[in-house]
Amino acid sequence: MTYQTLANFAQTWGLLGFMALFGLVLFYALRPSNKKMFDEAARIPLEKD
Amino acid sequence: MAQQASINKTLTIGEGGTVIAFIALAVFSIIVAAKAWTPEYAFHAYLFAAASVATVFAIFNRYFARDAAPVPQEIDGKPNYNMGPIKFATIASVFWGIAGFTVGLIIALQLAYPALNFDLPWTNFGRLRPLHTSAVIFAFGGNVLLATSFYVVQRTCHARLAGDIAPWFVVLGYNFFIVIAGTGYLLGITQSKEYAEPEWYADLWLTVVWVAYLLVFLVTLWKRKEPHIYVANWFYLAFIVTIALLHLGNNATIPVSIYSSKSYIVWSGVQDAMVQWWYGHNAVGFFLTAGFLAIMYYFIPKRADRPVYSYRLSIVHFWALIFIYIWAGPHHLHYTALPDWAQTLGMVFSIILWMPSWGGMINGLMTLQGAWDKLRTDPVLRMMVVSVAFYGMSTFEGPLMSIKAVNSLSHYTDWTIGHVHSGALGWVAYVSFGAIYCLVPWLWNRSRLYSLRLVNWHFWLSTLGIVLYISAMWVSGILQGLMWRAYTKLGFLEYSFIETSEAMHPFYVIRALGGALFVIGSLIMAYNIWMTIRSPYAAGEAKRPQLVPAE
Repeated sequence: MTYQTLANFAQTWGLLGFMALFGLVLFYALRPSNKKMFDEAARIPLEKD
Repeated sequence: MAQQASINKTLTIGEGGTVIAFIALAVFSIIVAAKAWTPEYAFHAYLFAAASVATVFAIFNRYFARDAAPVPQEIDGKPNYNMGPIKFATIASVFWGIAGFTVGLIIALQLAYPALNFDLPWTNFGRLRPLHTSAVIFAFGGNVLLATSFYVVQRTCHARLAGDIAPWFVVLGYNFFIVIAGTGYLLGITQSKEYAEPEWYADLWLTVVWVAYLLVFLVTLWKRKEPHIYVANWFYLAFIVTIALLHLGNNATIPVSIYSSKSYIVWSGVQDAMVQWWYGHNAVGFFLTAGFLAIMYYFIPKRADRPVYSYRLSIVHFWALIFIYIWAGPHHLHYTALPDWAQTLGMVFSIILWMPSWGGMINGLMTLQGAWDKLRTDPVLRMMVVSVAFYGMSTFEGPLMSIKAVNSLSHYTDWTIGHVHSGALGWVAYVSFGAIYCLVPWLWNRSRLYSLRLVNWHFWLSTLGIVLYISAMWVSGILQGLMWRAYTKLGFLEYSFIETSEAMHPFYVIRALGGALFVIGSLIMAYNIWMTIRSPYAAGEAKRPQLVPAE
């Protein structure tokens, strides 16, 4: 593997892979059905035990 | 038979294994000490041997004192939290904080009055400066992160900290690393990499401690009773994992001999510079930012008694920060031998960082929605909110300075020092002070702090100190940059270096004054904490009636 092949991979598939991964994160964070879970999670520090 | 077995007390595998490992380390250290090439290295080897012997004694003492049965995970259905190591790290953070701030004040005075280096090798600026940076970042900040991460992971997972000896090994082993690093700098042992000055053997020791830290944290998460992993734990985990990676990459050194403290890095030339600033900038990003954002996401909601403003934003904040920060390092190497595209890449990613940084700042500040009135009455909350404001300010300033045109003026000047301190004093130290003021009454089971008035004094003195510090450095930095680039009509440099140094003098005096106020503030905090621990107010006791502020 040369520097060139690594750089080509990083600048194409590596970039797209990271963008796709970040897209998945956005999907997970913004999905309406997750709202209830997140509202509960936001209160975790306030729980007493 | 079963009853018999429960009464018999035996060393656990962890205790026995630790004892054997430390006896071996003691013997090995003594051999190294005897054959060491320099007395400084021999001194460190003897420290390793002494600490190993002390560890073996401590484990046996603890064994004789403890019950035969293992410590219960739960008592009456409630998690039996492990607070001992957290108490140690909290006290250690206050101690190292004062030490680190004081050394900072000394070197600030040395810059204003050079005679204060006393012409001694041990007290010259070159040795004291890494002592200051490591003491405040790794000793003060590191102990705050150890204490809060072990506290937060237990409370948000409703589970006892994993391991029996491991949490103590992490906390004590980390502080031992600090002692080796700090004494090494004073004795002249350094590998001259900024924020990574400790030599190869200290680095190896830290690697072992850090792996134990990661395991304790991961296994505690694994044991959690709460199905969701709270966002603060994500930030802590990112901090632990990334620091491990950075540490290994930037300290890939080969020692000259096992009997010598000297080593050589495997990277060479500009690659070494790039690896160093990949490390250096991400130490800022993941040690001083991700770790302390975890503190923000737990302690501000807790103290304000309000849920996180937007949990969705906190998830996007986390992943955006992780994805972007790691590329910003090259902005430390503008106009150097580093390829131009790499410099531009570092600059662009630094600018993009505005988004997650400000998203996080907004999330922290807006968590006070509906509780803004508490800022008037609670100086601890005020300290943490001001810290988030400083986070916003310094993460605005940083990307600005990473723009090549701005950097050509600011680089190598005091502006950089001012920027670092608005982040370090305003953001990191303030959010840490807030967390310590919260933690101490919780850990020692006190209903409140000894004195909120003293917290107020701490807040105002140190805020004044920070303002003096950063405004002096802005003026002196820009002045310095402009003087360096001034040419005469004939094309000669207008000012000699010593002329620029003379011009700095008044600002160095103002900076030292600001630092002195910051040190005084931290001493007030130490007194307040000492008195809180000594005070008889156990939690749950009826509080004395307090005046209610007029609304």
